[in-house]
Amino acid sequence: MAVPAALVSETLSTLPGDDVRSVMWRLEGRYDLQMLIQSVRQVARGPVARLVAEGARSSHDWTEQKNALLEHYDACGATGVFMEPHQGGFLEGPKNLAMALVAFELAWVDAGAATGALAGHLGLSPIHERGTQEQQDRYMSLSAPAAPGEDRKPWRGAFALTEPIPYVGVDTGMLGGKVSVARWEPGQEPVLKVEKRGRFITNMGFANFVTAAVDSADERIKGTCMVILEEGDPGTFDRGTPTKKLVHQLSSTSDPIFSLEVPASRIVGGYSVKDGVIVPRWSHDEIIAAVFKHTRVPVGVMTAAKLLSAVEPVIRYQRGRFRGAQQARPGSPRYDLGLQVREDVLHRLVDVWATGEAAASLGFSTSRLFDELDPLEKVKFQTLQEKGITGRAELRYFKDVNARAVELVKLRAKPEAERDAARVAELEADPLVRYAILDSAGAVLCPATKLWNTGHGATVMREAVALMGGYGITEDCPGFLGHKWMDAQLEATYEGPEAVQRRQLSVCMQNEVFLAQLDAWTKELRHIASERPDTGACNLASAFVLWRYTYDHLQVATDATGQKLYQGPRQGVTFALSDALAWLMAARSLVLDVVELEQKGAENAVLAEGLPGLVRFYQDLSHVQCARASGEVGRICAELVYGYNKHPEWNADAQQACWEARELDELEDLIPGIGSCAKDVIEAGGGHPDKAGPCAHCSSVADFAALRMKLDQCLTGARLAKDRAAEALSKVMIPEALDYPV
Amino acid sequence: MSGYHVVVCGSIVPDPLQTLEPITGPTGPSLKNEMMLPAVLDPWAAQALFEAAALAQKAPGSKVWLVALGPKAKLQQVMMAVGQKVPFELVAVDGPAGGFVDAHETAAALAEAVQAIPGLDRARLLLFGGWESGSRGAGVTLQLVGERLGLQDQFQGVDQLTPQPDGSLEILERVEGGKHQVSVVAGPPALLGWATGNLPEPRNNPQVGMANMKGIMPALQKAKPAKVGAADAQYLAVQLPKQQRETRVVKDLTPDAIAAELVEWISKD
Repeated sequence: MAVPAALVSETLSTLPGDDVRSVMWRLEGRYDLQMLIQSVRQVARGPVARLVAEGARSSHDWTEQKNALLEHYDACGATGVFMEPHQGGFLEGPKNLAMALVAFELAWVDAGAATGALAGHLGLSPIHERGTQEQQDRYMSLSAPAAPGEDRKPWRGAFALTEPIPYVGVDTGMLGGKVSVARWEPGQEPVLKVEKRGRFITNMGFANFVTAAVDSADERIKGTCMVILEEGDPGTFDRGTPTKKLVHQLSSTSDPIFSLEVPASRIVGGYSVKDGVIVPRWSHDEIIAAVFKHTRVPVGVMTAAKLLSAVEPVIRYQRGRFRGAQQARPGSPRYDLGLQVREDVLHRLVDVWATGEAAASLGFSTSRLFDELDPLEKVKFQTLQEKGITGRAELRYFKDVNARAVELVKLRAKPEAERDAARVAELEADPLVRYAILDSAGAVLCPATKLWNTGHGATVMREAVALMGGYGITEDCPGFLGHKWMDAQLEATYEGPEAVQRRQLSVCMQNEVFLAQLDAWTKELRHIASERPDTGACNLASAFVLWRYTYDHLQVATDATGQKLYQGPRQGVTFALSDALAWLMAARSLVLDVVELEQKGAENAVLAEGLPGLVRFYQDLSHVQCARASGEVGRICAELVYGYNKHPEWNADAQQACWEARELDELEDLIPGIGSCAKDVIEAGGGHPDKAGPCAHCSSVADFAALRMKLDQCLTGARLAKDRAAEALSKVMIPEALDYPV
Repeated sequence: MSGYHVVVCGSIVPDPLQTLEPITGPTGPSLKNEMMLPAVLDPWAAQALFEAAALAQKAPGSKVWLVALGPKAKLQQVMMAVGQKVPFELVAVDGPAGGFVDAHETAAALAEAVQAIPGLDRARLLLFGGWESGSRGAGVTLQLVGERLGLQDQFQGVDQLTPQPDGSLEILERVEGGKHQVSVVAGPPALLGWATGNLPEPRNNPQVGMANMKGIMPALQKAKPAKVGAADAQYLAVQLPKQQRETRVVKDLTPDAIAAELVEWISKD
């Protein structure tokens, strides 16, 4: 159905380019990051794309061809992005956003390449986050790309965690590695014996060192730790057989075996000796928590890149679908638009695009948050150290900090005129308060990114593949969409599968500072909606309210047997609510990015010309995504609120609460029409309507029913937005050819 | 003083993968959605820049400038990629780069920008640029810049430049039949319009990029507007070539026969 011309007068002219992205993802003014994007893109759409097109993914061996990519990663800056300038890097300051951008550009073509390029950072991360200064200096400088004229091969790292073989994945509590004391001469540094078998270890085909998690197998070593293993250490450094994975073939993955002797100084973060026992400064759990706090976000960004990269190939396929057929003559709608004469394909592509945008918005906003958080975390670390606060004392100390953080969040949510500006300034001056706010949000946004982008993203990637017809599941599908669909499944799994992310969400979303922010975000969305009603922000705000009601309800509600609903082991409740929250977070991020585009786009000379159409289109995408998110939230919340109550049966108690036909007949004389309002009527002989039981009333959650109904009504206009976005897709100008091979 | 002062004239063109549709805009002829299309450094100018950098690396004391006339916002985007290839100093002139700009006006603006470069030693000047252009197909812009700067030793279609021990420069220019004309010029100043050269594109180097950007960003901020355009020009018709190739599947045809058929097809219009 054609959309009235008035509704599409301003629409998308071209596919969004770097200028659009730099505004939405707040890269304007960051020429270092824009440079990084350009250089990594050249590698992705050059050597990486050529390898995929040549069929390099058909082998899981680490070949010379694949190995050649490492030098390209060095040259484009992908391997140096993690390091400080004095260590051989080139970027100042926190690097979360930079790493997410590298992941995005590489995954646009092949996520295995992205994993391969970034896996070295994962190997280095334990050292970066918790290593001693000596460890940091040694391994960072060894791993830095060689400077021009320098004759040196950079070291590559790998990260070995994993539960015992044969399974694949990460469970931080199920360690398979052991460490014991091999020799300990008086007055000398102890020598450790490390026995570790890894499973599904990325970079193992060429790694020079490995950071491995191990558990003590010796009473002279306390607890768990991480150790650094080098390929030249005495013993066995066996890279193992390549993992027979079906995906991410441009990264090297194998199952290594280590049986090595290493000095105790290789314990990440160092150790002390107490009563003849080696006490590592950090347990492997503490190190991994610090590592995964950051590194999961780029994985989510990878799937976002796949979805957005699918848009152009799908449009090209749809438009050219009938060209060459006798019935589609040049100049005819079938020739010019191909499949795009039909609404269905356009609507489905709008869904793919909207999901990709929301996933990217979520991933990059989380990366930016961590860039802001990193320096504050160092301040927090130093403050606690100076005060000698550790363990549970830290929780007690932060009770007061969190209270002030909540106060600040609430103050910020007020209109400026109503705020106590002095108090706001006072609270904002406290780095720990700022830390508490950002940390509580990051603890939710990071798993939400990993969970939603990869999990829901994989499902939507299937839709993109389906939109390519039979082409979608061929190796030569333009944009390699079939490969990308398969790869998405791995992204949903590694660095913590979906259950791990849901578990973290279900814990972290209970933080009072986060919940205060959630309430503030709801207000913010209403405010955005008042100025930009077409973004879908109002609909989303209603979904936020419903989620919050459900959360509060579940904290106190019990099921039909009287069991508490919101509790750790009850994953049917907590995990589902986590899923709903992830939907909200993604849609909110997109709304904020669209607002940014509208506000800042006009300042960009490149965008000024087509900005009204661009903003119109993005508002429609945002509206579509908000509607989809609110639908999911409504469904999940309704299931949780109603689903744990027992449905009434046709037993005596239930029947007693129903109308009797006789009563209705009598009342009909007094209140004409009352009979038509009664749902469950018991006949004189005890007969009842043919269904499971009397309709459930759940009068205790009447507020929920009202909110749910309001949410549904808030969908008003969402389909019109989808129609407009679909119409724009049928008109947008695309390049003559993909800029990387098929 | 040793080394060369190499000034490369080169601007941006739409990424060749884009669909280019001529339209008449408020300021005259232009391309549809021109500002929103991705752009790249003109391939001929890029070769000139890479040759300049290679020459400068071999001759200590040399310096390279890139003088570019184009919309500064678009130049910024392109410099993010180009700036990581070789060291140079950018001189930006803000103006259109759409392919409908008069070559004389462009040359005047470029010559003025070159003359204004502080510290430029005209005795050591080598003016580089593209022999051709991805947008300014007239192929005369560089020559006109040279004329305005008084550069009489001009070479076009250059594929190779070799400094000689006596300070002279041996230059290979393309001529017909895949051959080169070998010339020797006593030394700078001279103008070289580059063809495809024979150097590969330099490897990327983020460190070079970070160093370049410290100069490029201020240069873009202070880029002066240039009054160039083609407001008086009128394009009566633009159309694609009329030839339509119908693909046929034929087995066992000799290369000569295929070539003959292609020649016959190309000759038709």
